[in-house]
Amino acid sequence: MTTVDKAVDERVAPKSLGTRLVVRPEIGALLGALVVFLFFSIVTDKFLTMGGVATWLDDSATLGIMAVAVAMLMIGGEFDLSAGVMTASTALVTAIFATQVGLNVWLALLLSLIFALGVGALNGWLVVRTGLPSFIVTLGTFLALQGLNLGVTRLVTDAVQVSGMRRTDGYESTGFLFASTFQIGDTSFRISIIWWIGFAALAAYVLVRTKFGNWIFAVGGSAPSARAVGVPVARTKILLFMTTAFAAWLVGSINILRYTTAQANEGIGLEFQYIIAAVIGGCLLTGGFGSAIGAAIGALIFGMARQGIVFANWDSDWFQLFLGVMLLAAVLVNNTFRRRAERVRR
Amino acid sequence: MTALIEVDGISKSYGSVLALRDVSTVVNEGEVTCVLGDNGAGKSTLIKILAGVHQHDTGRFVVNGDEVRFTSPREALDAGIATVYQDLAVVPLMSVWRNFFLGSEPTVGVGPFQRLDRKQGKEIARTALADLGIDLRDVEQPVGTLSGGERQCVAIARAIHFGAKVLILDEPTAALGVKQSGVVLRYVAQARDRGLGVVLITHNPHHAYPVGNRFLILKRGVSLGSSEKSEITLEELTRQMAGGAELEALEHELREVASE
Repeated sequence: MTTVDKAVDERVAPKSLGTRLVVRPEIGALLGALVVFLFFSIVTDKFLTMGGVATWLDDSATLGIMAVAVAMLMIGGEFDLSAGVMTASTALVTAIFATQVGLNVWLALLLSLIFALGVGALNGWLVVRTGLPSFIVTLGTFLALQGLNLGVTRLVTDAVQVSGMRRTDGYESTGFLFASTFQIGDTSFRISIIWWIGFAALAAYVLVRTKFGNWIFAVGGSAPSARAVGVPVARTKILLFMTTAFAAWLVGSINILRYTTAQANEGIGLEFQYIIAAVIGGCLLTGGFGSAIGAAIGALIFGMARQGIVFANWDSDWFQLFLGVMLLAAVLVNNTFRRRAERVRR
Repeated sequence: MTALIEVDGISKSYGSVLALRDVSTVVNEGEVTCVLGDNGAGKSTLIKILAGVHQHDTGRFVVNGDEVRFTSPREALDAGIATVYQDLAVVPLMSVWRNFFLGSEPTVGVGPFQRLDRKQGKEIARTALADLGIDLRDVEQPVGTLSGGERQCVAIARAIHFGAKVLILDEPTAALGVKQSGVVLRYVAQARDRGLGVVLITHNPHHAYPVGNRFLILKRGVSLGSSEKSEITLEELTRQMAGGAELEALEHELREVASE
């Protein structure tokens, strides 16, 4: 028998940097981001200025926070179609408690956080309890929340928006946490960018370095196998849905404190953007594989392309075409990888 | 010596379907109990009861002298009964060492700062696999890149490492070629020689006979008897498995067809 106390087996040729990179889920997204970045840096003047950078980072930030959470959920093998509408629901709950009930904004934020975690837990509980595809379960929550957003808002305010956050108690201090800006040189950057980077870093750490992260990959890769070795599959999935809801609360809070007005019909359709960003970032639609950093980069591509097209004075229709091509390319790359990883040698 | 597992007159029904009726056998330390039977014979039901997935309706299920009734696979694992399922032993997209420690990850740090001990994890996985003679090139590779036999072996090594006293193997050779089956059976024998009790489920008497000490044959939910190796030959085992008299009748019938 060969000795195996050596760290590396002698039959394994030292892997070149190239081969090691190719198996990383986020490598495709990173290359894509580089191409988009170079392209718009060359064709437009404003893209690479400090102001330009601040603009596309801002656009990527809130999308990125959600994309990272959705990526974790997708790695865990589930979808959340209610994630987009949840960002509006949490903003509305905060706004209604602060402006209509007259609570301090901190308390209103706490109540909307409890609401978000409750909806997330309900999503997760329904999925693991019924065994139905999360696609259909969260489609139900999506519609229900959409109805609630409009119905409750109209009942409380006789309009389809809640405004007046600026006059509430605690607006200044909460605003500092969620919606302030910071200066680099003469340019102000939104604080949401910090939230985005922080959340992505935390998610990446949890996924790769912790026991819970191991469980996320396992429940998405093969839930019955995970269950057979004693992984709490139901708890893991419910926590993932709650994480997505938490991210929606964070984004809702950032939005309501920044714009001070919440529209009851916001957030619809955003759930697909989150999923697209996660897929561009290397997540498999079937679960069990993906990366939080990849999803954050996916959101960056999104923001860069959307703002780059504006800087170039092109019609925004082209953005959809770009998005479609990007998504197809990402799915093809991911699919090839999975086939390679799952190929059985006999 | 107390048996590791003893089942006595166990029955189980799903609604109106009687899946298992009055089945008894024992699993001893350092012995292999083979459960043989055709499709639908009740093999899966029996192991699911042993593994804690289902509960028996009547009869006694005794582990180490205590009567038990497991409500979850985790409870069975804690009692030292590990089950390796044929098709869901591992998560294909995860690396070998992550699969090895799945559900029992080594960690460093305390409280919310607990993190995986990756260095130690890889090292332990490599050594544990090597101890069984499974020599992997790289514990970082996805399990999906291993052959079917190697995947079973990773699952077996994992069960042994985590202190299993009884190893239940659900059709470990069913999807494998001749050579790979041989590899898996060798690890079954190694597990047995290390003093584990092994329950080997199979429908192939040629795989069961060389490694088995005791043979339980199931047919349509009932036991056709549990025999020691000394009491039965491979030919007899095969004949009973295939349905004995029924096969002779079929042979007779076929001969008539051929002579016409």
